[in-house]
Amino acid sequence: MSVQLLYKDGVLTAKMNGEIDHHAAREIREAIDSTSQRVKPYCLRLDFSAVPFMDSSGIGLILGRVRLYQFWKGHVVLCGLSSNLNKMVELSGIASVAAIERRAG
Amino acid sequence: MKPFNKVEFSFPSNSVNEGFARAAVSAFLSQLDPTVADLTDLKTAVSEAVTNAIVHGYRDKIGFVYISVKLFENGKAVVRVRDKGCGIPNIEEAMEPLFTTGGEERAGLGFAVMQSFCDCVRVTSAVGRGTAVTLTKYFEARE
Ligand SMILES: Nc1ncnc2c1ncn2[C@@H]1O[C@H](COP(=O)(O)OP(=O)(O)O)[C@@H](O)[C@H]1O
Ligand SMILES: [Mg+2]
Repeated sequence: MSVQLLYKDGVLTAKMNGEIDHHAAREIREAIDSTSQRVKPYCLRLDFSAVPFMDSSGIGLILGRVRLYQFWKGHVVLCGLSSNLNKMVELSGIASVAAIERRAG
Repeated sequence: MKPFNKVEFSFPSNSVNEGFARAAVSAFLSQLDPTVADLTDLKTAVSEAVTNAIVHGYRDKIGFVYISVKLFENGKAVVRVRDKGCGIPNIEEAMEPLFTTGGEERAGLGFAVMQSFCDCVRVTSAVGRGTAVTLTKYFEARE
């Protein structure tokens, strides 16, 4: 697992690369949180386009970041969800606390 | 009915082994020629059960996680994930969606995922002795 962070105009984009499970979630969380707490972006964009697999640890990861961003009234956006990640996202009902960005086609 | 093939393996409950465990099960299951979607479903369920053994079963120690996979001629796969950890005092409560004793970073959705991604989930557990989760899934014959 690797995470690439890019900050621009108040938006922090975290592009994750690899499978997200409980083991990988820790590394992702630490990377995102240390930068977030320093910069306090109004928006965190979680980019899943290079994530081939995710279990419910990924949902915990998203929920944890939603909670963190609420401290400074920021929000979280999910993008690049494949159909199998989408299945997990739908089952969790997480769409009620994080926006989902979908690309046409 | 007897399985036409089976495999058993065990590994210490280091979280780095989560990926190995689901990949190994998934590789073995490919003998049933499952669709990618069906295979991903069971792989995800296995990941949940293995994570639970590591995170909850062996909360504050390292112990062994035992996995067995059985394949049947009719396309049925049975995966058993067992730990000798702390056990679950109230299984019904533990299986309720959103219930977690794992704190902030757990979603409490592991059992909900197992149930929705498998045809049958059976849990047996004894406090102080450990937990066994049996996941059953039927793979449709492919065209
Ligand atoms: N193998 C296990 N050993 C002990 N407790 C377990 C085990 N599996 C699950 N549990 C209990 O069941 C609860 C719910 O599990 P789950 O639905 O996977 O959610 P989560 O893992 O996010 O807490 C756990 O928080 C834990 O209390
Ligand atoms: Mg779990």
